[in-house]
Amino acid sequence: MDTKTIKSESAAITAIIAGHNNNSTDLMDILIDVQERFRFISEEAVGIIAKAISSSISEVEQTLSFYHFLSRTPTGKYTVYLNNSAVAEMMGRDEIAQTFEEEAECEFGTVSEDGNIGLFHTSCIGMNDQEPSAIINQRVFTSLSRKGVIELVHAMKNGVEIDDLPGTGVRSNIIRPGPILTMEAQPAEILKKTVSRKPEDVIAEVRAANLRGRGGAGFLTAMKWQLCRAVKAERRYIFCNADEGEPGTFKDRVILTERPELLFAGMVIAGYAIGAAEGILYLRYEYKYMAEHLEDVLRQMREDGLLGKSAVAKQDFDFDIRIQFGGGSYVCGEESALLESAEGKRGEPRDRPPFPVEKGYLQQPTVVNNVETLCAVAKIMLKGSNWYRALGTVESTGTKLLSISGDCERPGVYEVEWGFNVNDILRMVGAEDVQAVQVSGPSGTCIASSEFNRRLAYEDLSTGGSMIVIGNQRDLLKDIVLNFTDFFISESCGSCVPCRAMTIQYKKKLEKILRGNGVAADIDQMLSWEKVMLVNRCGLGQTAANPILSTIRNFRELYNSRLRKHTDFVSEFDLSAAVRESCKITNRIPGPGGG
Amino acid sequence: MNKPLIATTSLAGCFGCHMSIMDLDDRILQLIELIEFNKSPINDIKTLSKECDIGIIEGGCANSDNIRLLKEFRKNCRVLIAVGECAIMGGLPAMRNNSASISECLQEAYIDCVSVQANDEGLIPNDEELPMLLDQVYPCHEIVKIDYFIPGCAPRADLIWDVLTALISGKKMELSYECFKFD
Ligand SMILES: Cc1cc2nc3c(=O)[nH]c(=O)nc-3n(C[C@H](O)[C@H](O)[C@H](O)COP(=O)(O)O)c2cc1C
Ligand code: SF4
Repeated sequence: MDTKTIKSESAAITAIIAGHNNNSTDLMDILIDVQERFRFISEEAVGIIAKAISSSISEVEQTLSFYHFLSRTPTGKYTVYLNNSAVAEMMGRDEIAQTFEEEAECEFGTVSEDGNIGLFHTSCIGMNDQEPSAIINQRVFTSLSRKGVIELVHAMKNGVEIDDLPGTGVRSNIIRPGPILTMEAQPAEILKKTVSRKPEDVIAEVRAANLRGRGGAGFLTAMKWQLCRAVKAERRYIFCNADEGEPGTFKDRVILTERPELLFAGMVIAGYAIGAAEGILYLRYEYKYMAEHLEDVLRQMREDGLLGKSAVAKQDFDFDIRIQFGGGSYVCGEESALLESAEGKRGEPRDRPPFPVEKGYLQQPTVVNNVETLCAVAKIMLKGSNWYRALGTVESTGTKLLSISGDCERPGVYEVEWGFNVNDILRMVGAEDVQAVQVSGPSGTCIASSEFNRRLAYEDLSTGGSMIVIGNQRDLLKDIVLNFTDFFISESCGSCVPCRAMTIQYKKKLEKILRGNGVAADIDQMLSWEKVMLVNRCGLGQTAANPILSTIRNFRELYNSRLRKHTDFVSEFDLSAAVRESCKITNRIPGPGGG
Repeated sequence: MNKPLIATTSLAGCFGCHMSIMDLDDRILQLIELIEFNKSPINDIKTLSKECDIGIIEGGCANSDNIRLLKEFRKNCRVLIAVGECAIMGGLPAMRNNSASISECLQEAYIDCVSVQANDEGLIPNDEELPMLLDQVYPCHEIVKIDYFIPGCAPRADLIWDVLTALISGKKMELSYECFKFD
């Protein structure tokens, strides 16, 4: 590169950083901007950034190296991230991947020789209802076919602008709308109703509705708010968790696309209730294609006086919302990792206590709520807790949005009252010949038909909303369980030894069994390691063995049928292969049996 | 009744675990009242001459001779115990796994390393008598069935004593929390 280009590049990077006021907590935004502008983040860029935000090169590298979509090496003018979730594979991902490689003339994990096209794998991008799908420079291409990929790569080779590339975009696929997904009122009406009451009364209303968090853990929303409000602090924050990384979940994507006003109204309500000055929507990078639309909605709300100084015409209620993008990382959905990431750091979960309600974003009291939770809040403020409590069961009030995908006729989003059983749902989605249902994604549980009469409810089969239907034609262990195990291996943040190392041991055991070399003791060992997994710091590591453990419990026969009989030990060690290289270097011939 | 026979060996280890056995101090005298040593560095008996009741393995498998010896122990010992980090996980020698190939290891050790002297021809030892290095350092349980594992680097003498006396007497052994917690 000549000095002139280098100069103009440094100037561009400096301008990007200045756009973020040289703020170190904006590091994620800075890195994303530089990545998008140059398609990678060079050593020079790292140096410039570190200096400008008064940080160190290693700190910038730390953050940068953590996220899938940030890269220290060029990723191509067009960067293709092909989803590798289990459902993508069920829907024919392999052929699509192969076509990409043939057409682009480079392998996955590399960039074509002319630097034009880069091919990469990525974890579930929240499009399970329209797989196979890929992200190319923030645009999402769904329902990919071989023919479609050939056209797509052809267009990329001809330098067609991203917006003009041929392909199918994202469809919402709302198959069964319910109270949350039905638009009944504008945010202004909901918010005016809210601020006419005292914050304590707002919390009381949510408490009376018995609303529990929809992000997975099911914590009582009102209690979380109350705890946060009770902490004395200069500033409080409300975060909306839109990281939606659990493979198979895509209901938040649909809410963000179809009902963003409702979600933002929910954030204003939460902000009002806890006394926050700022709401932050932490949005996964995979959903960056929505950015413009969401910013438009926020702009409109500001124009309407629903955000900003004296929001909703309420004196002393200054509240605004901004969007914080992630960089591609499942664990950033864990609330404390999310806050670390929002502060510009690696998304490593924090040790708790203190919990975010005490010390959260920038050490200030913070509430983190799921997208769906906040929408429910808005509806509760509009229609009252009595109305809400009448929906669902006594312990699980209201409705649940389900993201249903896999072997069924009508994949998409279904809003149902809590209390539906799995059989009802399978009938609704048109699923026949079902072998298993993966409830709540890889971190949840895989159930067999004997449990299809269980009800979706916190008191029975609790769920964050992902349901993957697995037909009888699938090899459950190879097609699903192995894929899920790989998912956890690639998404572990690496802090805890069992999460980092035992996931690999689990995978090795599973592969041994799949090769027909497993023995009963291998299964016993995998079960006995469960205790060790529970010492992991966060939910990722604590559930990382669930795909294997829940299928051992519910589909034991699938394992047993592959085990070697009449032996208690099988080694896969191959001596002649193990000494091959050293023999070659020393010009020696191994003896019989390799030794 | 004959005293139980015990054999011990060190594969890719540092003999630290055997030092821990020596650390039994005067209890060694009690131990030989209870058992009889067959092949072991402790008495310098070089070969397994009889079927044994207990085999103790220190170190993982880094070369073809480690494999041979481990298999021989498995064949001749009723109960086989992996003692210490290297036998159980590969330990320090396993640091070469995933970080350098065998060629790179040998190149560094015999040719490139600054402390290499008088190897102007750049020879890598290749005598037929030498065992051949394996591509990786393997923990013992990946090669043969291991019945018990005594963790530690090296395991404390007390722990080794408790295991052996429990095995010999057939009594259940109490494992204290410290046996599992190493940070
Ligand atoms: C590995 C991991 C990933 C998570 N991902 C998400 C997510 O994508 N969205 C979400 O709302 N909650 C996620 N959670 C749960 C959050 O930590 C947190 O409990 C939730 O956002 C709280 O919101 P709620 O009370 O409204 O449910 C995740 C938890 C773990 C351990
Ligand atoms: S459990 Fe896994 S993801 Fe969670 S903090 Fe530990 S290493 Fe990171």
